[in-house]
Amino acid sequence: MAGTLAEKVWDAHVVRRGTDGAPDLLYIDLHLVHEVTSPQAFEGLRLAGRQVRRPDLTLATEDHNTPTLDIDRPIADATSRTQIETLRRNAAEFGVRIHSLGDADQGIVHQVGPQLGLTQPGLTVVCGDSHTSTHGAFGALAFGIGTSEVEHVLATQTLPLAPFKTMAITVNGRLPEGATSKDIILAVIAKIGTGGGQGYVLEYRGEAIRALSMEARMTICNMSIEAGARAGMIAPDETTFEYLKGRPHAPEGADWDAAVEYWRTLRSDDDAVFDAEVVLDAGDLEPFVTWGTNPGQGLPLSGSVPVPEQIADPTERVAAERAIEYMGLTPGQPLREIKVDTVFIGSCTNGRIEDLRSVAKVVRGRKKADDVRVLVVPSSARVRLQAEAEGLDKIFLEFGAEWRNAGCSMCLGMNPDQLAPGERSASTSNRNFEGRQGKGGRTHLVSPLVAAATAIRGTLSSYADLGTGRPAPDGSPLTDADRGLQTV
Amino acid sequence: MEKFTQHTGVGVPLRRSNVDTDQIIPAVYLKRVTRTGFEDALFAAWRGDPSFVLNQDAYRNGSVLVAGPDFGTGSSREHAVWALKDYGFKVVISARFADIFRGNSGKQGLLAAQVAQEDVELIWKILETNPGTEITVDLAARTVQCDDVVVPFQVDDYTRWRLMEGLDDIGLTLQHVDEIEAFEQRREPWRPKTLPAKHLPPVEIKAARPVEVAIGRRPA
Repeated sequence: MAGTLAEKVWDAHVVRRGTDGAPDLLYIDLHLVHEVTSPQAFEGLRLAGRQVRRPDLTLATEDHNTPTLDIDRPIADATSRTQIETLRRNAAEFGVRIHSLGDADQGIVHQVGPQLGLTQPGLTVVCGDSHTSTHGAFGALAFGIGTSEVEHVLATQTLPLAPFKTMAITVNGRLPEGATSKDIILAVIAKIGTGGGQGYVLEYRGEAIRALSMEARMTICNMSIEAGARAGMIAPDETTFEYLKGRPHAPEGADWDAAVEYWRTLRSDDDAVFDAEVVLDAGDLEPFVTWGTNPGQGLPLSGSVPVPEQIADPTERVAAERAIEYMGLTPGQPLREIKVDTVFIGSCTNGRIEDLRSVAKVVRGRKKADDVRVLVVPSSARVRLQAEAEGLDKIFLEFGAEWRNAGCSMCLGMNPDQLAPGERSASTSNRNFEGRQGKGGRTHLVSPLVAAATAIRGTLSSYADLGTGRPAPDGSPLTDADRGLQTV
Repeated sequence: MEKFTQHTGVGVPLRRSNVDTDQIIPAVYLKRVTRTGFEDALFAAWRGDPSFVLNQDAYRNGSVLVAGPDFGTGSSREHAVWALKDYGFKVVISARFADIFRGNSGKQGLLAAQVAQEDVELIWKILETNPGTEITVDLAARTVQCDDVVVPFQVDDYTRWRLMEGLDDIGLTLQHVDEIEAFEQRREPWRPKTLPAKHLPPVEIKAARPVEVAIGRRPA
């Protein structure tokens, strides 16, 4: 009876149906844990004399508070150190697997699950972090939870939840040169607004979505939360199975065959009815950037800072005025004229190997703009190792960028990687709220290609602004693979 | 959890929409490992401004926050709720709440009361004309009363029931542990487990070092 992908996955996990308006009790297949939202949850367990019900469905890593330099030395910030030590103590006490700073499997939690092959189609995945939606790229029902819910999952491996509504986001056509999956999601958020997805799980469909690699799909699902949605999903297909095959925790042999047979059923029925639908044409898209202080305040790079007087809706007008003032911009200013002093390439949105490859393709053989600081932070230690095996680190260092260890880094101002007040960044991360990257910091969200071009020119730029369409002196053109599209 | 049926307290007009979790509690405060003591973190960036509403004597001890639409967007950090509670708020009123924030509030006994924007505007007028006016929020009747204005609010039945009974989620769930066990028996064997741990061979991870930044910017 259930028609959509989200409903099918939901129904397969109901331990107990809620009656009379009570929520359903949903089983959780995978619980990912990090150091920021877990201390009070473990404390709650301890006080109540409870154990972790399924340590074998739980995995912890360290990412938000961790420094990306000198990781073999004690963490300088006392409160960060306390939080990390608390997680380590809790993991040891409760028998939870943990990959700590320095471990080859450490990284941003939403990279660790997929790279280990733990994130799979049809699972329910939760974590005390809103960007848990990333795992929806595999056709998992994946969403962020608060600390009380973290405690609930630790104690019971379930969550009481009311079903989400469903919204189909169909992206037809083909991405033009220079546009990426990041630009798709920024355009979606600008279109439906930061509250537009509230109460919904967004299912992304259409040929432009099918054409994307797993990493590009992760970028889209990752930022679903910024449209107000609880989760984002993409039905699994051969691309998904290809990514998973052979990964450490992917099923093997007869189990693999059984799993794939089931995974093939995980798609919305052709006659499925969604609660809402949005359609976009990828061919209309171009590189997108945010100018304001929420991810919905974005425009094509070819545009200009809005002029508040021209905004009809009074709430939007006031919000724009405030944002323009905070961001130190001028109404009507062309976005391409905005000068940045920092470029941050990294985060759970765009810190994966394909993102690093596309940046390297653009910057190879060039130098960064003189007065711009460029930080490249891989999303996990394994991604870092792979990048080094491919020689990407040398390209970044030659370019004048800093090459860091893995972690959330400059995405949010919780570790030493921060903007100083008034500093302006072009950032491949996911939030541009006031003070997000540091008190008084000014964030422009961009794709990796825009970040790379911006680092070269010093002002917000697209790859096309580099002139010839040949991104590097060695003449190799930007390929589909560089933009996250499958090479068919 | 304490039972919540009704609350009366000073209303605080926060005329901002899209108040995101980084404004409610900046990330730096998330480093704490305790459950309480977050009152100084609440709206930390805004409280530095003397004209901010919570810095006015009349509103300083408010316990009912009346905010613009789209309150609590952004992160899943439950610390946002703790900060509001530790400061002394018992209720937040808004025309629309972000889902995760609404869920977190319910878990913690902070009532997120959804009130139509035009009614929020009426309440703001009263609070600004007579700073210090109290608001009564009646969870049983689902009403908000401010001076002579009485308006309805929305809250889902389950959260309302739980708050009125003062019931904790984990205890409620563990009443059904046999059904959880039965479900676990039925799970397919090929669903992944994190233990025993599998991973690629361990490799030494070299630490990146700070670089000399030649152009006069802040060092790494």
